[in-house]
Amino acid sequence: MPYRFQDEITTADVAFEAWGDTREELFISCATALLRTMTAAPEQVAHEQKRVIRLKHEELDLLLFSFLQELIFHKDAHRLLLHADSVRIEQRESIFKLVATVSGEPIDAARHRLLVDVKAVTLHRFQVLFRDNQWRAVVELDV
Amino acid sequence: MSLPELLRKISPTIWELPVTYKEGMRVPARIIASESLIGGMEAGVFDQAANVACLPGIIDYAWCMPDGHWGYGFPIGGVAAFDPDSGVISPGGIGFDINCGMRLCLTNLTEDEVRPRIRELVDQLFFAIPTGVGCTGFVRCSRSTFRRVIENGSRWCLENGYALPEDLEMTEEGGRFEGADADACSDKAVERGFDQIGTLGSGNHYCEIQVARPENIFDAATARAFGITIPNQVVIMFHCGSRGFGHQVATDYLQTFLKVMTTKYGIKLYDRELACAPFRSPEGQAYFAAMKCAANMGFANRQVILHRIREVFSRLFHRSPRDLGMDMVYDVAHNTAKLEKHIVHGVERELLVHRKGATRAFGPGMTGLPDRYRDSGQPVIIGGSMETGSYLLAGEASAAPTFYTTAHGSGRTLSRHQAKKMVQGRKLLDDMERRGIHVRTDSYGGLAEEAGLAYKDIDVVTRVTEDAGLSRRVAKLVPMGNIKG
Repeated sequence: MPYRFQDEITTADVAFEAWGDTREELFISCATALLRTMTAAPEQVAHEQKRVIRLKHEELDLLLFSFLQELIFHKDAHRLLLHADSVRIEQRESIFKLVATVSGEPIDAARHRLLVDVKAVTLHRFQVLFRDNQWRAVVELDV
Repeated sequence: MSLPELLRKISPTIWELPVTYKEGMRVPARIIASESLIGGMEAGVFDQAANVACLPGIIDYAWCMPDGHWGYGFPIGGVAAFDPDSGVISPGGIGFDINCGMRLCLTNLTEDEVRPRIRELVDQLFFAIPTGVGCTGFVRCSRSTFRRVIENGSRWCLENGYALPEDLEMTEEGGRFEGADADACSDKAVERGFDQIGTLGSGNHYCEIQVARPENIFDAATARAFGITIPNQVVIMFHCGSRGFGHQVATDYLQTFLKVMTTKYGIKLYDRELACAPFRSPEGQAYFAAMKCAANMGFANRQVILHRIREVFSRLFHRSPRDLGMDMVYDVAHNTAKLEKHIVHGVERELLVHRKGATRAFGPGMTGLPDRYRDSGQPVIIGGSMETGSYLLAGEASAAPTFYTTAHGSGRTLSRHQAKKMVQGRKLLDDMERRGIHVRTDSYGGLAEEAGLAYKDIDVVTRVTEDAGLSRRVAKLVPMGNIKG
């Protein structure tokens, strides 16, 4: 798994560290951890409905913040649990641009072994960094 | 755990971090706790309270209540008042779940009458009140109608048949924050929450059927004033907030404030989750108006849930809600910022009071209380874990130093993952059944996260609020049945 839940840094919320060889892999790892926070059976979430997410930001970490926040938005607004299938990030001048293809299906309590509703991505301890030839992020979710 | 070296014990229930604890602190931070509670607090609580003490315009102290624990931005249990002219407003001082709160409703039924039907009752409540990840409510509401909901809160519910007139009087702020402006809320926030009215959500949100046993009444006169008059009287308590709408409002303005906090207003950033703006700034005022909308959604959400609860009881016991004595005791908000008048160093001032995981607790005679509670003080509802019980308390005149604020719950001690490692959800459900607590849930994992061992001892927390003069215990309410997301 390209992520690890971090019990030691939060009591009431859910925190995880995620990693990837590229920025794109890191974003996908974070999306996977987010999905795993909400369901114990992410493999049961079928890739039925596809969405394309386009975002831009001057800061890479806040681009990740917005990306995860977008997945949470779809969970409430469209009742969709989503996998990140592909992510492309381009940096032009000082702006990071993201195009992500995500897919999933409506929440089904009978199949998805739901765990906890995620309210928001917090900025507490939130970080994205490149260390030891790997992209890493620490994310704390309000649940 | 070792406590910060500079932490000083001011009284048996007050601990203080001086301004020398951290560079930038404008006032000391004070934590309400007993020896045992302070010893169990995570280091993060002290750091977060110190960060709050660095915010511009803070008055007197950055407070943390005895159920305080490590959160994001403010600690959970954090309380701070700001001068509205020189101070700031911060979404991190309120929380993402704006106006998450508690509501308590009476019945005139006794445990003997309800116990034989508890399974049926819990099952029917579980079907009537949507719970869990991404749940939607039964109120069919267009986006434009939702804009009226968020500007009018419980008043919209009254106009649409989901409230009794007296419910509004028994709700903090009358169930409606004045000055809510739907135009200050993003389309995304509306899209996220317009179909979630009347839903519990998940995490620590629940609806519980409880009993007030005679041996658990601490203050009989106040219990009577609050409507607890029959031995073994059954009551209903529930906890939820403003759902996806409120979460999105907070997220939107957190990002807005990050952009302007330092560059436009020159405020030093100690923690991005404490992003803020001057209260009187355009950004501060827009957030305040949007936050009020989210607070109104919280009131409307709990009001519609109460309507559903009354329908279920009425159907099962073949009596009207009025015949069943299903009157509200009170509805309290946990996560808000409000302009309130307080006496500071002998002078009455208007202050912007942030409460994050903390309960307003007005003392007897204070403006803003229903006439019924003028002598008793405000009812305070403190939810414990679903295994151990909850408390009904009353506001005290001696709570002035904390801007009339007390605790909101028992406070977590174990992380959610730690709790799940120690407790199996299915086994917990069976154990609770054997102890006479019937539970329905969408998630066994979520149930395990809320096990009693994950929380501080509610008896200790409430006793400390009493010892500190913040609120006095009226009754402990013991669970009989619980639905959770």
